[in-house]
Parts: sequence; structure tokens; C-alpha cells
Amino acid sequence: MTTMNARVLVAGTTSGVILKLDEALSLWGGLEPTTGEIIDRRHPQSGCIVSGRVLVMPSGRGSSSASSILLEAVRLHTAPAAIITAEADGILALGAVVARELYASAPPLLVVSAEDYALLTDGREISIAEAGRLELHDDTHYPTRIEP
Amino acid sequence: MTTLTLSPRDRAMLDGEQGAAAQMAMCILTTMAAVYGASELLDITAAHIDGCLYHGYSGLEFAEKLVAGGAQVVVPTSLNVGAMDLIHPEHFQGTAQVAEYATRTMKAYEAMGCQPIYTCAPYQTGYRPAFGEQIAWAESNAIVFANSVLGARTHRYGDFIDICAAITGRAPAVGLHLTENRRGQILFRLEGIPERLLDDSVLYPVLGYLMGSQSANRIPVIDGLPTTVTEDQLKALGAAAASSGAVGLFHAVGLTPEAATVEAAFQHQPPEQAVVVTLGMLRQMRDKLATVPDGVVNVVALGSPHFSMSEFADLLPLVEVYPPQASVEFIVCTNRIVQVNLQKRGWLERLLAAGVQIVVDTCVVVTPIVKARAGILMTNSGKFAHYSPGNIGFQVVYGSLSECVRSAAQGSVWRDAGLWE
Repeated sequence: MTTMNARVLVAGTTSGVILKLDEALSLWGGLEPTTGEIIDRRHPQSGCIVSGRVLVMPSGRGSSSASSILLEAVRLHTAPAAIITAEADGILALGAVVARELYASAPPLLVVSAEDYALLTDGREISIAEAGRLELHDDTHYPTRIEP
Repeated sequence: MTTLTLSPRDRAMLDGEQGAAAQMAMCILTTMAAVYGASELLDITAAHIDGCLYHGYSGLEFAEKLVAGGAQVVVPTSLNVGAMDLIHPEHFQGTAQVAEYATRTMKAYEAMGCQPIYTCAPYQTGYRPAFGEQIAWAESNAIVFANSVLGARTHRYGDFIDICAAITGRAPAVGLHLTENRRGQILFRLEGIPERLLDDSVLYPVLGYLMGSQSANRIPVIDGLPTTVTEDQLKALGAAAASSGAVGLFHAVGLTPEAATVEAAFQHQPPEQAVVVTLGMLRQMRDKLATVPDGVVNVVALGSPHFSMSEFADLLPLVEVYPPQASVEFIVCTNRIVQVNLQKRGWLERLLAAGVQIVVDTCVVVTPIVKARAGILMTNSGKFAHYSPGNIGFQVVYGSLSECVRSAAQGSVWRDAGLWE
């Protein structure tokens, strides 16, 4: 097991399988909250379902309406289990923190260093523990990405 | 990492001493302040709210939860557009269910004490912060106008956090609130642009679009604009820049209050990059604003940001001489205050008689207003040109005000031949 420490933007504990995106995703116009599907057809992971996954991506992107989409996804139970980025993103954080206020549930939002980011590979199982401690289960691999 | 220090009043709110809504607002605000890396919150004197636009049921639940918790804004707070034209609800082309949720969202913000002016140009509608004022404004064009043209100070706020700032009277002390973050970074110098083009409002959305796409999230400084530039032209420039880039502030040398000189705009540091803007680059950007060069025009949409009285003064004589064909929807978006002024001057009747549809409280790219389902939409607005293809599925032609009016009159694109020479 590999462990690492992340900066916590929105706290919480959970575990799940990593869905790693090759590019930043703008949730507004990029995620369909009724289905949890990535609908940005120019995105390399277009067609993947984020629901229940630990979404790992370089950063958030685009319109400030992304916070509304994340909130809708939490309301409709299609949100990722957690979101881990390499760069802090205020828009995603806002969606998560409002979800926590409104629905008493929010995907934890964490930021990792560039070195740790590289270790978070697609299909690995990961646990998010207290205070941003990440536990990466080395012997796991659940390849569920849709290859184009 | 920076630690956030709260005032006793902030802490009292966070502990729930001022009610459930203030507690929820302060909780969201302090979490976000920590995300931004703020060391403290600062007092604001005004707020402008974008959250009254319906995006989904959760946004309505958020607003109604605040109302139920006793939320009241503590600073003068204006509202941006909603998804309904509450004065002319018959314009709405969506379902009855969405109309109900959209109206409830708007009414929830009114119940919190926000002023129902429903406009993206609050700065021309009596909500005009003074130089140096710390404010919390949402909506990208309003933000860029307040920061750039008025010299007020707001970070780039959006849904949810905007109302939290209005309820608590506080905002994180970060970003464009702070002098050191308002320094220009990239210089755009106009060279060899013909005078006629510099005078025509058609230039400004194109120039803004160019600045936005090259600046990304850096602060642009523009040098070489004539001193005769109007407020509406700067409004159009900022709105377009905020559509193509994450621009929350620009400086125009000799025109905007923090840019008396190039050196002042850059706070006496060298620019990170300098770009010479030529006529060729502007023509190229003009073509990028459109998705088709030409064709049968189905819709003309004006007024993003919302049309001002002086823009109506330009439109009225033109449209009376060249009224739109019956097959063309000619829509101008503005706000209810301007509509009352139009009525007082007798202009409203004349505009309607000429075949102009006036939409207030909202606009055509955020809600279904346009009756045609597809086709070509022509506009003089950089923002409408940018958002119409994605948001409402129209092809776009970009042109000057007179090109838009003349095109509507003949039913197909009309060009003013010498404009870009």
C-alpha cells in the first residue's frame, strides 16, 4: 500500500476506484448530472461515468456554473465519490461545500502534489482517510475506462 | 499555508448567533476563503447576484433554504437576470414546470431583500459602485465593468458565494480585492487601425474577444484607444473579453481609472508580454465570432450586456427607417428600469410599432425566448455571438448595429462595405 498526504479543500472520508482523466474537464457542458456521464465529446474520456468513482484530473476548467452542475449531481446521486486534482479549484470546491450544506453529503475534494498525482493511476482502488491521508491499494486494478 | 483569521462578528455568525441562514452563509464563505488562501475576510459595501438564474432544482433548494433560515442581505444587493421575463411571461418558450421553478428562484432572492432589477448592467441602472469600493459582484461582464471602468474592487464571484457575501457583508481578502493583484500583465498596442473603425462600436466586442483569448487569466492593458470611447463601447469590450477569457479586469490607458499612463497600469513593472494589434488580426477575430459568413437571417438579437438608453437612442432612428421583415424576430434585451424610461419618452411605442420585441429581466442565451428553433442569429454583441451556438443552437453572424438592422430589413445579411477597410 502506498500512502500520501493531500491538501484538503472539502473534508470527508470515502473509498473507491480511480477514474483518471487525461485532461481537465469543465463540468458545465462536460458532465450530464442526470446520468453522471462525461458528455464533452472533445474530451478523451467522453462517455465515461463518474458516479461513485474517485475522479482524478489535472484541474477544473471553464465556467463558474460548474459548481451548479456538481451540486445537481450530488442531488441526483450521480456525483463522484471524491475528486482529486493537481491544482486547487475554487469552482469545484464551491459546488462541494454547498452540497454539504444542502444535502449533508459532498464528495471530498483534495489536492495532491505533481509527484503524487502521477502515482494515482486509473483503475486503482484508493481510500481517503481523515486529514487528507490517501491510501493507494497497490495490488488492485479495475480497468473500466472506455478506450476510444 | 495561510491561516484564516476571523473577526469576533464572523465567528459569532459561524456559531449561529445570527440565525441559521447567516451561519450557513458564513460556513460556505469561510470554507471558500480557506480554498482561496485568504488570511482574512473584508467588509463589502454592495453585492450583485447571479444565482437568481435557474440552472436546476438544487439552486432553487439552496435559495429557499436560505429564505427559510431567515436570510436577509446586509448591503445594497442587485439581481442579475433570471430565467423568466416577469414583466412579459408570455415570451417564455419552455415548460410550465421550469417556468415555475425559475420564477420561484427569482422570488426567493427578492425575499432575501435583493433588488429585483434583473440586469447584467446594474452599473447603468442605479447600482454603480464608486472608485475603490470593495464589493462582491457576480456575472462576468458586471465584474469586469465594475473593476475596470469604475475602479471598484471585486473578485470573480459566481453562484452561491455571491449571496453568502451579501448576507454576511463579507468577502475573502484575495484576488482583485487587493492592489497588488490589479497590476496589468499583458500589453495590447493598437497600430494602424482606421479612425472610422475606432469610432464604430462594431470594433469593441472584436477587440475584447481578441484580448480575452490571448490573456487567459492575465490582466490585459490596452493602449491606443481614442479618448472619445463611450461607456457602452467599454462595456462591450469587457463583456467580450470575459467571454473568451477569464478576464475580471482590464486597463485602458488614458481611459480607465487605474491606467492614467502605461506605467501606472503595470504598477511600474514591465509587461510580461506585449502584443501589437493590427487590422488583420481584428478582421480574423471578427470572422471567429461568426459561425457563418452570410445567409438568410431568422433572428436579430441585441442587448448583451443589456441595452442602455443611449444604445436605444442609436437604434430607434435606424429601425424606423429600416423596420425588420415580419419573418425576422428582432429582439432587444434590456431591463425593466430602461423599459420604464423608454415608455416615458414615448420610445417604447415607436420601437414596438417598428417591429422590435423588448425582453426584460432575462436574455435570449440563458432561457428559451427565441421562437425559431434553428437558423441564423445576427448580433452586434460579442457575448451573444459567443454563446448562441452552444446555448441555443443557432448559427451566428456578427455585425455592427446598422448591419444588424439593415439585415433584418432585407431578411438576409447586409454588409457595410467600407467598415473594416
